[in-house]
Amino acid sequence: MADRRIRGRIPGGWLTVARLGILVSVLLALSACWSTDRDSSAEGDGDSDSVGRLTITGAGATFPFPIYSRWFSIYSRDHPVRINYQSIGSGGGIRQMIEGTVDFGATDAPLTEEDLDRIPGTLSIPTVLGAVVLTYNLPDMARSLRLDGEIIAGIFLGEITRWRDPRILAMNPDVEIPDRDIIPVHRSDGSGTTYVFTDYLNEISPAWRTRVGRGNAVRWPTGLGARGNEGVTGQVRQSPGAIGYVEQVFARQNNLPMADVRNRRGQFVAPSIEATTRAADGLAERIPDDDDFRLSIVDADTEGAYPIAAWTYLLIAPHYRDCNRGRAILEVIRWALLERADDVRDLNYAPLTLEIRVRALNALKTVTCGTDRRPIFDPDRDFMAEAIGEVEAPELEIEIDGEPEPESDPVPPSELEAGADPDGRQY
Amino acid sequence: MAGSTDGGGLLARLLPSRSRGNLQDQIYGLILLVFGLSLPVLFLFIVLRIGSESQLAIEAFGWGFITSQEWNPVLREFGALPFIFGTVVSSFLALVIAVPLSVGLAIFLTELAPRWLAGPIAFATELLAAIPSVVYGLWGIFVMVPWLRFTIQEPLSRRFGDTIPFLEGPAYGFSMMSGAVILSIMIIPFISAVTREVLDAVPREQREASLALGATRWEMTWQVALPYAMPGIIGGAILGLGRALGETMAITMVIGNRPDIAASLFAPGYTMASVLANEFTEATGALYLSALMEIALILFGITIIVNIMAQFLVWRVAKQGGR
Repeated sequence: MADRRIRGRIPGGWLTVARLGILVSVLLALSACWSTDRDSSAEGDGDSDSVGRLTITGAGATFPFPIYSRWFSIYSRDHPVRINYQSIGSGGGIRQMIEGTVDFGATDAPLTEEDLDRIPGTLSIPTVLGAVVLTYNLPDMARSLRLDGEIIAGIFLGEITRWRDPRILAMNPDVEIPDRDIIPVHRSDGSGTTYVFTDYLNEISPAWRTRVGRGNAVRWPTGLGARGNEGVTGQVRQSPGAIGYVEQVFARQNNLPMADVRNRRGQFVAPSIEATTRAADGLAERIPDDDDFRLSIVDADTEGAYPIAAWTYLLIAPHYRDCNRGRAILEVIRWALLERADDVRDLNYAPLTLEIRVRALNALKTVTCGTDRRPIFDPDRDFMAEAIGEVEAPELEIEIDGEPEPESDPVPPSELEAGADPDGRQY
Repeated sequence: MAGSTDGGGLLARLLPSRSRGNLQDQIYGLILLVFGLSLPVLFLFIVLRIGSESQLAIEAFGWGFITSQEWNPVLREFGALPFIFGTVVSSFLALVIAVPLSVGLAIFLTELAPRWLAGPIAFATELLAAIPSVVYGLWGIFVMVPWLRFTIQEPLSRRFGDTIPFLEGPAYGFSMMSGAVILSIMIIPFISAVTREVLDAVPREQREASLALGATRWEMTWQVALPYAMPGIIGGAILGLGRALGETMAITMVIGNRPDIAASLFAPGYTMASVLANEFTEATGALYLSALMEIALILFGITIIVNIMAQFLVWRVAKQGGR
């Protein structure tokens, strides 16, 4: 009888064994397929695939992923370079740069000194601007809610807990505001969005600076945490009286209500691409001479600027051992910043001003390659003249190991003409 | 067994019963030995790796890591207590909800339900186990949490919130309670499936004997079938608990993710698995990463302790041999 009881405790034992057997055989079959696949394609060397392309890997921020993937896929269509960008998060991008497993990284929050000590000389190159907006769940508002930094800090510090707080009412005299508890919602996962938002509050509010500070993840004094922009949006939508912060592109795509925020000049600014670009206006003078772009642009003192904005960076090594690799990376950045600026607006990102883009490219002139540590870009190159069409951009030679690159493009011409180019632009 | 001087010395010591016999059997034994050892070795590697990665945090915070409530990535101060609390409490509450439901369900299916009803219900229950946890999470955000908030939490906290600390407001919806409820839904299929199997395995003679002695159906179930199946039921509950402890996605979407220790069921909480999933991708700085690794190590430790306790419990109950 004891025997039977034991059998009772492990029901379906034989069934499990049978399932395991099936699983193992499926796995074996799969691995067999996999290995033949690899055998047939692994003829070139590790870095270039069978059509003779150079594969470059990058990893990092999720926020600029749509624009990066668009740039990189268009670029690889008529260049022998394939760029593999993995949006694993800013922190992951920095970590992979430190471990040296990627050719370039990407981050929303500027590199800290601690990180920079571990990858000395790494350049932070701004590419596009992003903004963080406040979205809320209040019924039937005739017009957007108006807030300023002090009130936002008060809400997320837990000091302002009711919507009919006199400070909020005073700022919104002509709208009906319901008598409800405020439920602040923040990101629970570490995020560049959180960095920008807390950077702004850190700048505006002394109380925030002493009690919370800024970072990809912080110790929130109050409120609910939700995962991702979509999580914050979901919680705000489900909870009357909630307010949360999300990335502007996301809010725009989902038609979320967005609060107007008072900027340094005292104007209430609705989040928009123009207002975000304006946050970086006149910033060129503030960039130090050593071209360290890691500066905060929140609460910009500019007419019409939206105050919760930041730029996102590519992380570029100061030296590439393989000149082809270095050239390809720098060239794609130049191409994207100077020739593909319109893509940025299409995807709801805010573009950098031309002045700053040229400044960023000039900073890249210090990047070297090869054993003789030659600069990749000609130090005398005039990017401004190239941008306004005075000078033709010189070609950078990229040699592919193994078989020579065929003259004809790997993509059939018909596809290029029809090519997924929604705007009918030439490239 | 004295033949340790001959060829398969090591093998003989490891597998005494297989060491003799022909070559084929010896090879067979050796291959199975490799299979058998692969998992403990893997386990060892994981523990060693997580342990070495968390070294920095262990040195920096010592035992204080387990008792500190402060989790502040900005100031580089890390303490795991709110996460340990959240994991243990949410899983325990989930068990409290899920075990009676699952056992009741299993009894109904094995003892009472007509065949045409039992099949579909059992099928539907097992289907619950196949739903991806992110789907549970989304359902939680959009359906379960608003429902809990407006029909349960808000009325209860308004009525009893001032007198009973467990029901204190404000009721956000996203809370320890929501986390526990979603966990319980997720583990019910496991517990009920195991319970059903073990109830099915109760010998027919036992049931018939008790009925023949004049027992009612109720008495037969509670005095004969359940005691007989008890070790299996406990095993099923532990299986569910293991799943609840490690569940990440669904619970992080509904628990509110606030690293606080609150008495109220309506207050948000945070679990160890959730903080790992949330903060690992964006964590920079050696100490921060190391602190997250130490949380993983503690979660590992808790899981092991729970499993050892479960083994002990099953052993005790089995030894008593029912009633």
